[in-house]
Parts: sequence; C-alpha cells; structure tokens
Amino acid sequence: MEVPILRSKSLLKSIWLGSWLSFCFAILLSTARAQDKPYFVTYSHDLEEPGNLEIETKTALGQPDGGNRYGATAMELEYGTRAWWTTELYLDGQATGSDSTIFTGWRLENRLRPLIRDHVVNPVFYVEYENTSGADKTILEFVGHDSQSDLAPPNATLRRDHQHEAELKLILSSNLHDWNVSENFITEKNLGHAPWEFGYALGAARPLRSAGSARECTFCADKFIAGIEAYGGLGDTFALTIRDTSHYIAPLIGWQLPKGVRLSFSPGFGLTDSSLARVYRVGAAYEFNQIGNWFHASNGGGE
Amino acid sequence: MRWSFALLLIAIASAVAVGASTSKLWEQVPVKDHARINPFANQPEAISAGSLVYREHCQQCHKANAEGDGHKRPSLRSQRIHMANDGDIEWFLRQGDVRHGMPSWSSLPEAQRWQLVAYLRSIQ
Repeated sequence: MEVPILRSKSLLKSIWLGSWLSFCFAILLSTARAQDKPYFVTYSHDLEEPGNLEIETKTALGQPDGGNRYGATAMELEYGTRAWWTTELYLDGQATGSDSTIFTGWRLENRLRPLIRDHVVNPVFYVEYENTSGADKTILEFVGHDSQSDLAPPNATLRRDHQHEAELKLILSSNLHDWNVSENFITEKNLGHAPWEFGYALGAARPLRSAGSARECTFCADKFIAGIEAYGGLGDTFALTIRDTSHYIAPLIGWQLPKGVRLSFSPGFGLTDSSLARVYRVGAAYEFNQIGNWFHASNGGGE
Repeated sequence: MRWSFALLLIAIASAVAVGASTSKLWEQVPVKDHARINPFANQPEAISAGSLVYREHCQQCHKANAEGDGHKRPSLRSQRIHMANDGDIEWFLRQGDVRHGMPSWSSLPEAQRWQLVAYLRSIQ
C-alpha cells in the first residue's frame, strides 16, 4: 500500500515543480499583464487578445462522500487567434490521496464571437472536443446528472472509462456599468453513446474600484475583482429534470499582481445531495504578449 | 510630366481616401455617445492612471510611444484621434474593431476607459 502513496507524492512534487518553473520562466521573459474575470466555470464574452498566449492553471480541491481527498488541475493554454476567435488546449491531471497521480486527458476548445459590435447582451459560441478518462476531476462544468459519487471510486477503476465528448455552449454576457453578468447554456454529448446532457453556469463580477490608480500598486482596490458563480446540471434527454443533479454556489475573488500574474480563488458550496459539500478552486494565470513577434523580432520593433 | 501628374492624382486620391475613412469611422458613433463628456478630462491624476492602463493593455500593440508599428497596429498620435472628441474615442474603445484585430475594451471599467481617453488626449 505504501508504494502507490510514495509514487503519488513524488508525482505531485513533479507537477508542482514543473508548474512553478513554468511560471518563473514566464515572469522572467515578459512584463505582460493578464486581465480576465476570475470565473472558474462561467465564460464571459472576453476573448484573448489577438496574438497573446495565456497560460492558466485551474485547480479543484475536494472530497466526495466515501472517497479520498483529491486535487485536480487543468492547465490551459489560451491563444487569441483573431479578435473574434480564441482557441484553447487543456491538459488535465489529478492526484487522489492514498491512491495515485495521473494524467486524465485533454480538451480542445474554440470560442467564436459572431457579432462585431458590442451589445447589451453579447453572444459567443463555444465548441469543445474532450478526450478524457472517467478519472478527470477538474469539474470545469457540470452537466446531466453529474454527481459526487462519480468522483469517489479509485483511479484505477475510473480511468478505464474513456470519454470522447463534444460540448457546445452558448455564452451570453453583458458589461453593465462595471459589472459583468454572464450566462452559459451547456450541452454535452458522449460521441460513443449516452444522451445529450445539459447544464448551466451563471456569473457576476466587478472590480472593487472602478477607476485605476495613478501610481503602480499591488494592493489597490482596482486590482481586485469580486463576484459569484452558480453552476449545475440540468439533466439529459433521457431524464430532463433537476432531480439527482449537482448545483453549486461559489463566491470568488481575483487579484491582479504585478508582473502580469493573476490569482483567483473560489470556495464552492454544494446545494444538493449529489453535490460535493465543498470544492475549493485556485487559479493562477500569466499572459505572454504577442508571441508571434518573438519569431518576427525585426517587424515593428519591441515595446 | 505625365508621371508627375499621375503621382499627384494618386496622392490626392490617397488623402481623400484616408480622410473619408477617418470621418466614416466617427460618423458611426451614435449621437448620445458622441455627446458624452469625459469626467476625467485634463486631470493630471487621471492622465497618470490612463498611462498605466495604456501600458497594461495597449502598449503591446501600439508601442510605448503610441506610434504603432506602421502596419496593422496604427499610430494613436494621428489625425484620426485628433479629429475625434472624447465621446467618440470612448465609444471606439468599447466597441473595438474586431474585424481588423482591435479587441473590444468593454471589459475595462468605464472609469478606466475615460482615464485612457484623457491620456490619449494628453499625448496628441
């Protein structure tokens, strides 16, 4: 029994070390600044600026009833292909206490903004392909009858299940005064079998102060964004009901640090028996500006 | 002589085209947005704050001197900006020009957009 635990610890250390080295490397390379809403599940209509690459980790920490504590991380590479098109690659992994640390799959997503102008409500189309195992615990969305019991079995059992899924979202988002209010309608389909599943995510956030500071500062109120998210499943085409579905409410806070690093934190509270009692989410992001220019250094010069 | 005349014609046509596109852009601004007043106009504190907003979000494309790259990222020290009023510029920041690579900055708090306008005015 000791061997898997030791393996888990050393792998976990490697993941942490790798993540920190990536971030230190990023900070040394550039002075770019990321700016985004600190949502973990909800998407707003903010797209990545064209030519920029954002690297973000989103970690979920939880413990299902009858299961072990776990930490699952999604590393997100987000690139602004056009001002109206953002493409992302996610690499997912998780470590479960007294079990193992495993890579759980990848996702490729695209967000497309169909309307050129900014409106009161701005739609964005989201298309994703997921190639993950059943051991994926990043819970970046809840659909159908997703339940905490799905997360409880040992990794060896969970990873036998392969999921090839397509996910579509309609993102509606508004910037009203300094508030962002976003609504996501989610539908997901396992391409092998299983019905269409549905879910939702809602979010609202605003900076603690609207006006920017006249001097550089780390702890000024305008560097913090606070908000709240609500998300959950809405059943599937076999049982279009909210019975036995998970629902969460999660306050959140984001902090824009100097040198382009953004941190975010959100404790989520389960509202139904199917939900985890609590899930803590931690995010760290860094944005590389205009990576295309790295390969065309003579074109237009530096900053 | 014929070549000189042709070049003169091209120069005039280019000037007319630039003028037309400039005025065309600002003609799209709704009247109520055009009429908006910058609450931070000419305030030194706001200009300083606007310069930080610029450095954070705009400099990566338009460069530290706001003169762009001479290609797809236009200069912000230009006749186009000079001709516009504060309401026009704030509207443009909010809308962006998504087709041509300029993102919408509606995600910035409104006060920061006005601070940015104050800064852009100060560097004309």
